[in-house]
Amino acid sequence: MSRYVPHAPGYVDNGGPKIVTSRFEHDDSFTLDRYEATDGYRGLRRALDRTPAQVHDEVREATVLGRGGAGFPAGVKWGFMPPGKFPYYLVVNGDESEPGTYKDRLLMERDPHQLIEGCLITCYALGLAQCFLYVRGEMALAQERLARALNDAYAKGYVGKNILGTDFSVDITLTWGAGAYIVGEETALIESLEGNRGMPRLKPPYFPAAIGLYGQPTIVNNVETLSNLPWLMMNGAEAYKQFGSEASPGTRMVAISGHVKRPGVYEIEQGITTFRDLFYGDDFCQGIREDNELKMFVPGGGSAPWFFPEQLDLPLESRAVGGEGSMLGSGAIIVMDETTDAVKAALRLVRFFARESCGKCTPCREGTTWEERVLQRILDGEGRPSDIDMLLDIADNISPGPYPVAADPNQGLEAVPFPPKQTTICPLGPSSVAPITSTIRRFRHEYEAKITKRDAIPVSAAPMSAALSTREVG
Amino acid sequence: MSYFTPGNLEIANEIISRYPVAKSALIQLLHLAQEQEGWVTDDAMRQIAELTDTTPAEVKGTGSFYEMFKFHPVGKYMVNVCTNLSCQLLGGEELLAHAEKTLGVKAGGTTADGMFTIEDVECIAACTEAPCLQINYRYRLRVSGDDFDDLIDDIRNGRAGDIPEHGTLGRVRQHIPAAAMAGVLPPEQAKERPVWLARNDEPAPAGTAEGEEE
Repeated sequence: MSRYVPHAPGYVDNGGPKIVTSRFEHDDSFTLDRYEATDGYRGLRRALDRTPAQVHDEVREATVLGRGGAGFPAGVKWGFMPPGKFPYYLVVNGDESEPGTYKDRLLMERDPHQLIEGCLITCYALGLAQCFLYVRGEMALAQERLARALNDAYAKGYVGKNILGTDFSVDITLTWGAGAYIVGEETALIESLEGNRGMPRLKPPYFPAAIGLYGQPTIVNNVETLSNLPWLMMNGAEAYKQFGSEASPGTRMVAISGHVKRPGVYEIEQGITTFRDLFYGDDFCQGIREDNELKMFVPGGGSAPWFFPEQLDLPLESRAVGGEGSMLGSGAIIVMDETTDAVKAALRLVRFFARESCGKCTPCREGTTWEERVLQRILDGEGRPSDIDMLLDIADNISPGPYPVAADPNQGLEAVPFPPKQTTICPLGPSSVAPITSTIRRFRHEYEAKITKRDAIPVSAAPMSAALSTREVG
Repeated sequence: MSYFTPGNLEIANEIISRYPVAKSALIQLLHLAQEQEGWVTDDAMRQIAELTDTTPAEVKGTGSFYEMFKFHPVGKYMVNVCTNLSCQLLGGEELLAHAEKTLGVKAGGTTADGMFTIEDVECIAACTEAPCLQINYRYRLRVSGDDFDDLIDDIRNGRAGDIPEHGTLGRVRQHIPAAAMAGVLPPEQAKERPVWLARNDEPAPAGTAEGEEE
């Protein structure tokens, strides 16, 4: 039976297999006492009994996919570090800020030791010199819980010098962010850790495993990814692969918000559960509010192209979702029912990207702001007939070519697979295109219905709407 | 003259000791300054520059990128109302409008008594509990207009509960006793192969493989 867990607001125990949320049922799950009483730090002991290479092999064998957004296998990423170029660093990405996403916050608040143990296993396997645990600035409770957990773990000899009496030594430094979505991009995160503005670095190198923090090889892993490792070390890759599908083994946490009867954060088996199961299943969201019709949904965080009722039967599996024109991203699903204004919803996400653009690349810095302004004036009833094409043109400048989009059988249109192309060095700008292309293709009539007041007029004669001229965009 | 109080200066130096390069502590020290005074002053940035071997301009350059740092006085209580999509769908914008009406200031503004600043913020990671807000980074979930008014009323009457004044984030700090520390070195002094890796470079002695399989 599925149920809310009162001391972990938002989390719903759906009665399924649990790898990372197994301790959430305990109201003291964040304490060292509880952690030790529930197999805590036994995964680390198991790892220390093996060679670092064996631990790395186990992670590779299990195919632990990154849970931050890109879904890249952690074991493969680890292998990109050039041999012998010490020191190596680990940076833990706890800067969770993708619209609709929260699972890392719960993992840090509810089970901080599990994350710490995952960090230690990684540091042991790869010979890392130091670990930086970067927690989003706004997450005060997570900061407190992790600080307490680290202090307790140091006192017990789990972290620091000669861990558990071995020659393995590593420090974990807790770091707070300070409010910048883009710092979730791994090279921006490294810039922030070096004390700089959080602007992504030019690629290549594509992975900071080659050149990262202080120019040294650096592994950047997501909180949820690392939280899987203690269980994996305890139970082995074979057991891990019993859950989920062949291409996407294990479980993952998803947050389903918006117009469902029971929104929540659920741990589900990867690649098996479908969107329909999640939205309508008794153990999950139990249907759309007031039994309304589903209009559309965001399947993988604010950056993902949108899905519609035709995609409901897709499993939550990276390849399946990618082929159908979107991504699972950060495991954030936002459900919108028939009462939702598609233009208004698209504007809200576009506005997010405009506000969060770091300003480094021109197409993104200028383009996201233009997109926001054009959408705003359409919504204000000041749109021009040429605005829809203009939006698509701006979008094409940030992300050229056919943009990933879901199939639309009614119009006989096929899906364009993920990912998009980009004229920018990080995916923020291209992400702003997703709500625009998704809604214009599907709901062009809604846009057109809002563009009624004006005939085509020369651009120079167009008055700026009052809402725009006073609006702060920054 | 030190900007930081003696206690905070000690904390600042301890924070710096946990990074291989002092400049990496810059953002953490800005948080500490904001905790001390509620916002980041020029004097604070001058001292942070000295402590991190940077210039005041670099400190401001980095700090001004991040939304949480305020370079002018703000309210004792920062009310951050989320209006991103998940919250918008369930009344986030209406909650913000209500908050603006209750406090008599628009988003970005501070009440005349210096108690409250309201901000219209992006996703704060509590999407299933919409509409939500943070007050000095403490969550309030599924907030109605009445809930909001009660919250403000409580704070005005000295019942802030778990909410510290603006600037204070996590109230538990990391502290590593010197003897327990593995040792943090600048990258150029940490070029040795870690001992536990080096030990495993040799082929494993006969017999250990069985023990490892369990």
